[in-house]
Formats: sequence, structure tokens, C-alpha cells
Amino acid sequence: MAKLFVLLVIILGVIALAQLMRVYELSSKLTNKKENEISNRDNRLNAKLMLGFMLFLFIGFIWMMLKYGWTGRGPAASVHGEQTDWLLNLNFVIIILVFFLTNALLFVFAWKYVKKPGVPAFYYPHNNKLEMVWTVIPAVVLAVIIILGLNSWNEVTDKAKDDAIRVELFSYQFNWNARYAGVDNQLGKYDYKLNDDAANPLALMTTETIDKAIENMITGPNGIEDLENKLNDPKKVYSEEMRTDMEESLARKEQLIRLLYQMKARNTGKYDKRAKDDIITDTLYLCKDQNYELTFRSKDVIHSAYIPHLRTQMNTVPGAITRFKVTPNMTTQEMREIKNDEDFNFILMCNKICGGAHYNMNMVVVVMEKEEYDVWMKGEWKKMDGEKRLMKRGKIHEATFEHTYYKKEPTKTYPEIQAEKAEAEAAKAKEAEGEDGEEPTDGGDVVDNEDGQTT
Amino acid sequence: MGAVAHEAHGHHDDHGHHEESFVSKYIFSQDHKMIGKQFLMTAVFMGVVAMLLSILFRIQLAWPGEESEFLSFFLGDQWAPNGVLSEDMYLGLVTIHGTIMVFFLLTGGLSGTFSNLLIPLQVGARDMASGFLNMLSYWFFFISSVLMFVSLFVETGPAMAGWTIYPPLSALPTAVQGSGLGMTLWLFSMSIFIASSLIGSLNYIVTVLNLRTKGMSMTRLPLTVWAFFVTAILGVLSFPVLLSAAVLLMMDRMAGTSFYLSDIIVQGEMLTQHGGSPLLYQHLFWFLGHPEVYIVLLPALGLSSEIISTNSRKPIFGYRAMIGSILAIGFLSFIVWGHHMFVTGMNPFLGSVFVFTTLLIAIPSAVKVFNYITTLWKGSIVYTPAMLFAIGLVSTFITGGVTGIILADSALDIAIHDTYFVVAHFHIVMGMSAVLGMFAGVYHWFPKMYGKMMNTRLGYAHFWITLIGAYGVFFPMHFVGLAGAPRRYYDYSVYETFDGDTFEMIMDLNVIVTIFAIIAALGQILFLFNFFYSIFRGPKAPQNPWRSNTLEWTTPVEHIHGNWPGELPTVHRWPYDYSKPGQEEDFVPQTVPLAEGEEEH
Repeated sequence: MAKLFVLLVIILGVIALAQLMRVYELSSKLTNKKENEISNRDNRLNAKLMLGFMLFLFIGFIWMMLKYGWTGRGPAASVHGEQTDWLLNLNFVIIILVFFLTNALLFVFAWKYVKKPGVPAFYYPHNNKLEMVWTVIPAVVLAVIIILGLNSWNEVTDKAKDDAIRVELFSYQFNWNARYAGVDNQLGKYDYKLNDDAANPLALMTTETIDKAIENMITGPNGIEDLENKLNDPKKVYSEEMRTDMEESLARKEQLIRLLYQMKARNTGKYDKRAKDDIITDTLYLCKDQNYELTFRSKDVIHSAYIPHLRTQMNTVPGAITRFKVTPNMTTQEMREIKNDEDFNFILMCNKICGGAHYNMNMVVVVMEKEEYDVWMKGEWKKMDGEKRLMKRGKIHEATFEHTYYKKEPTKTYPEIQAEKAEAEAAKAKEAEGEDGEEPTDGGDVVDNEDGQTT
Repeated sequence: MGAVAHEAHGHHDDHGHHEESFVSKYIFSQDHKMIGKQFLMTAVFMGVVAMLLSILFRIQLAWPGEESEFLSFFLGDQWAPNGVLSEDMYLGLVTIHGTIMVFFLLTGGLSGTFSNLLIPLQVGARDMASGFLNMLSYWFFFISSVLMFVSLFVETGPAMAGWTIYPPLSALPTAVQGSGLGMTLWLFSMSIFIASSLIGSLNYIVTVLNLRTKGMSMTRLPLTVWAFFVTAILGVLSFPVLLSAAVLLMMDRMAGTSFYLSDIIVQGEMLTQHGGSPLLYQHLFWFLGHPEVYIVLLPALGLSSEIISTNSRKPIFGYRAMIGSILAIGFLSFIVWGHHMFVTGMNPFLGSVFVFTTLLIAIPSAVKVFNYITTLWKGSIVYTPAMLFAIGLVSTFITGGVTGIILADSALDIAIHDTYFVVAHFHIVMGMSAVLGMFAGVYHWFPKMYGKMMNTRLGYAHFWITLIGAYGVFFPMHFVGLAGAPRRYYDYSVYETFDGDTFEMIMDLNVIVTIFAIIAALGQILFLFNFFYSIFRGPKAPQNPWRSNTLEWTTPVEHIHGNWPGELPTVHRWPYDYSKPGQEEDFVPQTVPLAEGEEEH
């Protein structure tokens, strides 16, 4: 009904417009007005509107600067971030000046030099001096911007200091894990072929995980034996598509198992220790004033680790390692006080399109004082048991580590709303039709429902 | 689609030159003027589609999770169950919106329409160097438009990897459903589009170099033709690289090669590809992608140069500096692509080189802006709708340009890369500027295209709604981006879980943005109405409605094949002799010989 109404309004609107045009045409015929001859009145009106628009643009900009200019970003919470902010502010001063100056010139000229009867335009084809001026001035300003920018860039991308702790961030659709090096401050080796979602999600390499991966590949569910049995079973019928998929999967696994055997042959067990004491979490815990070298890995597609408050961002690239060094200099608690928000948390968000739930792929980042951090780390070491590596937030820390850094639950998320709706509708349908209520259509069901209630 | 619209009107009579059948005149036409109009019609259709897509996802961003009849009307139960946009389709809409706007409206539509229409008319040629290739170029464009449009209706949805279609996401149908048939169609459509663009560009280059009329030296060319010429060169040099990127991606998808893929496990399936690099794709893509920005922008700047000069009744200030800056921008655009990749893991040293080259582009751009402003100074400005749009373009070019300085600075880019700040920047500097330039061109050359006049008052209303609407959409986005909001997020409600203040601010601004977007979109109805109404019922155009100097206004209003009935005109002066002292009229067409003792300029 509403759609029909909207459609009707649009159609009537177009008809009305057409009628207005007719009237306009007739009247311009009577007055002998031509479309290409712009009247002085129209010229002056548009000139005034140009000036008016300039005011609208400038006032709007200033108002938004005052209201929103510093919301959201907050102060930088890392050492290089402070420098970034300083440089950003400097750049902003320059570009805002240019923005006001050039836009003002443009709109004021557009207003002032509107056609006045009897006043001819000034023939002024070029002036080399003037052109030199506005080539050289931007060039000088840009030279300053470039030098300052590159200085800062070189510092940010320089090698990490020797005392930097190495933490690996692992990304996959649609979540993050952090891996700490453990006692030896050396991250264990990995190979994606060793991935086991339950026991070894980050595909770390030890003698055991290689054996386990080979075993899984051969005898696990959808392993080589399983697939061969399924494909050779004369009693089972598969669709063309499924069969092709299974055959392709089998071919891939036969190739991968050879690579795994090679890996096993080369493996000396020398690096097992490095991997065995690695700690894996799903929250990123950092220590204030500690240098970090973050390395990034991806399991499937490109993601990007974006920590806005630490002014940190780096893509995670499948098949390669990327790096970023950072030194947080403000704890979560301190930021909460500044923002006057008890529920505030630093956050690591995915910032490279990676699939449907891209918007929901984030990880809480907790920055702590040294003492608090040590307590947490000791707790982690105690809990190391080699089997249960992926520690679930909030469960493992209870004994040693009291903290309040959990993510606040949103009041209502979209999937929740959807789930609620779907449930309500399913319940409705069931009430009305008993067991057959699968997909209720809009109108019909309501009627059924009412019928059901009245009888 | 464009052709269908054309079939309906038949306002040209035959002039007795040669009998043309309906098919050879309106469909498989080899006349550059008709081909230009075909490009325009197709682009207008695609532009409306892309605008509609943007309104659909803006509704979701402003009112996340709320039921909308509008969404369910257009997307149905599959993509908007219960009137709420699905996560996957959100990405699909964003992807196709970007693709259509950048390639089909602002590359095909802008270059295709105006290069075709204006190059032969303004250099004094009877037609393009090759009429047949020109026709082929349009029909390739048409086929690719159809393929892109059809991909919206595929069961697994259109491409969903963003308009840059970075692999591995775009290579793995299991990673997102749009990377199935939708992405295949995208790749085929774009490959055909590239062929169209290449054929067209070669034709433009040859025409400008070889078919200039007597006296039309390169330094007497209107700036429009200079802009189209450099644009065509950029296209010829950069589009083939995108084609190679697309072909390699197709091979990764279909032939099991590993150009872009390495060590991937997706949906529990371990892939065997090893040794490829997703960064390779990004280098190839942005090697086109950045020149593409100027392929979009330069024609708009060229059109507005002509329009601003004509309607200020003044010569364009610094004609040679304008040509120089077009060439400088064209050259620099090839060595800046890495600024899209500062945080992709590219070598930081390479990053610093790209910072340097990128910021250099600001210099020729600044020259252009100041030259426009000086052209207005002490002018006698006539506010035709085209003039309004051209001034709007200069404003957006400034506003969007200055934020580019921040994004080009790699150290600062770390903090705002891929946030809404970027979205605001490129929509203003590239999107808005080019769209305003395109509108300016349509209003200014409509009399030449259709022999009719468009309604001025409706043009005014259209301009002011568009300018205010578009600034209202993209200006607040800067603040959303500075708050750290990533782009391509389906729902910013996630902010509520860790930062309440920012959450409220983003939500507030998103509503403002969407309301302005809806206003601006509705404003375009005025244009569409004015455009189509005037084609059929507009008053007849006079010979030289804007009292302009360039050659196209010496051709008869009624189109004829070969443009000029008798001999080709001879050119005696540059195209910007407006308000020249000592002349009777305030304009002197290029065909008027220099008077005795008159200096050229």
C-alpha cells in the first residue's frame, strides 16, 4: 500500500512538473525570453547565492570542528602516536588556512564580478610573475611538509629496539589471536599446513604437531582415506558437483601430504622448545612504556590490524609477515579517566574488507602498568599445559588476575534483532499451522493466525 | 539501454547528404556525435543505478538493523530479509556502486561522451580517425555495462570484495559468496570495458594528432581537447596493466595458478597455492588505479576551463601554464600509485619515494586552481547553469584536494588509512568534481548535442540542491574518519561495545549524511526530467547560444554527417579571445582572421 502511494506521489509530481514547464514555456514565449540569455536578475540571484553558500560552508565547517573536531580520536596513547598527532595538527593548520583562503577568493570573486550591464571584462591572459608566485609558494610549503613527514615515517618504520617484546597477531575470518613468545622471547616456527582448528589453530611447528598433522591428513574426517572410501563406495551416489569437489579436495591433500612428509624428514626438533612455551590469547595485553614489535599473519584473506588510539595500522597478508613497532604510553585505566568512560577499551579493528562479518572482527587491547602486566604474565605461564593453548577470555584468569577489561555487551546488535524477529515469526507460524509452518509469507499468515485465534 | 532511449526520439531529419537507415543512424552509428550521445545515455542509466545503490546502503548505515520498506522493495527477501540489508549484500552494493561510478559513469560516461562529441568538433575534423573503431568502442562499453548490471541479479550476489577487488578475497568463492559468479562477471565486464577504453583512447589520440584543421596548431587547441588528449594517453598506458591484473586473477581463480595466493586456509579447506603475493595485485591495480583518478578528473577540468572562460567573458588565465599543469599531472600520475599501499607491508623506503612524488602533484593542481580564480577576477560572469557547476567544481577540487596532502603523507596515513577520511577525500576531489564537471558539460553542450535548449531555472535548482546535498554528504565524513571509523563497515554499532562517545558521534553524523544523500538523490530527478523533456520539447537552440569562440559553434545546429557543410573552417587565433580590447563584440571566434597589427595574445 505504502509503495503504491509513494509511486503515485512520484508520478503526480512528474506530471505537475511537466505542467509547470508548459506554463513556463508559454510565458517565456509571450515575453520572448530565451534560455541562453540570462537575465540580470538571475545573474545577481546566483551571485548572492554563491556568497550565501560560502557562509553556509564556512559556518558549517566551524560548527562541526567545535562539536566533533576532537571527539573520537582522543589523545594518542603511544609514543609515535604523539608525534603523528603533532604533525597531523600542523598539517591541518596549513590545509584549513588554504581551504578558507582559496574558497573565499573563489566565492567572493564569483559574487563580486557578476555581469554588470555596461562593464566589460578585463582582458588579462597571463602574468608570468603571478604564476611563478603560486608555483613557488606551494612548492616551499610542500617541501616543509615532505621533510617533516619523511622524518616521522623513517622513525616509525625503523627497526625495533633490542629490548622489544615480540608479539604476533594472527588474523582469520573473523577474529584475532595474539601470540606471546613466552619465557625465551622467541616466537616458535609455524607452517600453515600444520593448522588444526582445535589443537593447533596458529599452525605452530613442533615434532608432535607435524606427526599430528600427517595423521589428520590421512585418517581424519575428510582426510585422504575418508575421501577415498567415500569416492570408491559403490553404494553412495553423489551429485556431479559434490563429486568434483571431493576429487579436487583429495588431489590437494595428496599434494599436501607429500609436503608434510618432507617437512617431517627435515625436522630436527631443534625449535620445538620455542613453540611449546608460546602463549596464545584472544585479547591483546600490552605493558605501558614497553617497546613492542608486532608481527602480523593471516590465515585466509588480507585483513588489517588497526588500533586507532595507538595510531597503529598494518595489513596482514597471507603468505607473508608484516611488522609494526609500537610503544604504548598510556594505560587503559588512564584513558578511561581522560574519556570519563568506565566502559572504554582500546580496540584493534579489522580495516581491510574481508567478508560478510568484516565489521565485527575486532579484539580488545588492554594496556597495563608493569606490575599488573607481570601478574598477568605469571598467571599465563603457570597455566601453560601444552594442550589447551587457546585460552578463553575470562575463564583462565580467575585465580590470579582480576581485571575489568571485558568488552561491554552491545545493547542490541543487528543479528540479535534478526534472530529475535525470526524466532517470533517462527513461533507465530508454528502456532498457526502446526508443523508445516516453514516460511510464513506476509499477508496470508496474519489472516491464518487470526482465524486460529477466533476458532 | 542507452540505445533504447535513442530509438524513441527521431528529431533529426535527413539532410539529403546520404540516406541512412534507422539502424545505421541510431544504433550502429559511426558518427561521433551520435556515439557521444550513446555513451551519455548509457552512462546516465548506469549513474542512476549506482546512485540508487548508494542510497540503499546509506539507509542501513544511518538506521542499522531497522526495517525498511524501501530496502525490501528493491532487494527482496534474499538480500534484505525483513527489510534489513544483509551483511553480504552491503558489501556487494558498496562494490558495484564504486565500480560503476568510477569506470562506467566517470570514465566511460565522461571521456566517452565529451571526447567523442568535442574532439572532432573542436579540432575541425569531419569525424574521428576511425568511425568503425569508435562504434566498436561504444558497443564494447555497452556490453560491459550490461554484464556489470546483470551481475547484480546473480543468485550468489555481485562482486563483494570492494571496487579494488583485492585478492585473496576476490579469488576465493568460499571466502565470500560474491566471489563466485558475481566476480567472474565483474572480471569479464571490466576486461571488455578495458578493450572499449583502449580502442576509444587510441582513436582520440590519432584524431587530435592528425586531423586538426588548417591553422589549428597544438597551442591553439582549446583546453578541453588538451585534457581529453592527455587523458587518452593515460588510458592507453595504464588500462592494459589492469587487464593483466584481471587476467592473472582469472587464472588464479580458474586454473589453479598462484600469482596472488599463498599459504591459505579458507573455510577449513587447505589450499596448495604457495609463493604468490597479494601485493603484486595491488601494485598492478594501482598502477592503473592512480592514473585512473586523473582519467576521471582531467576531462572535467578541461570542460570547466572552457566554460569558466566563456562565461566570465575573459580569456583563461595562463593558457600555457594550464597546458603545462595538465601534462605535469599526467606524468606524475604514473609514479604515485604506492601511496595507496603505505600500510600494506610494502617496503617503507618505497613508501617514502611515493610520498615525495605524490606531494609534488599538489603544485600543478594549485596552479590550476589559482588560474581559475584569476580567470574569474574582474570578469563579467554570466550564470548559466553550466557556469554554476564549473565554479562548484573548482570549490570541490580545492576542498577535496587539500585533504589529499594529509593522506599522501605516509606517517599520517597510518592513522587514517582506509577510514572515512579517505572516503570523504576521494568522493569530494574525484567523485564530486568529476560529476559537477560532467553536469557542467551536459548543460553547456546540450544545444550542440540535441539542437535544443535545456531549462535554465530547473538547472539552477538542480545545481544548488546538488552542491549543498553533496557537501552535506561528504563533509561530515571527514569527522567520522578522524574518529577512526573504518570504511566498508556494515554497522558502526560495534563502537558501542568499547567507546560510547564515538559511537554516538558516528551515529549522529551517519544520519545527517544519509539525509543529505537522499536530498541530493531526489534533486537529480530535476536533472533527468529537464534532460529528457528538453530533448523532445526544449526550445530550438540558436547557432552560438553562449557566444563562444570555439569551432563547434560554427557547425549547423542540425547535425550533418561530416560536421561542416562546405569546406572545413580555417583557424586564425587561440580560442580565448574574450573581451579583447579593440574588438566590437566581447568574443572573437577562432575562424576570424587577425586584423592588421593585432597581436595574437
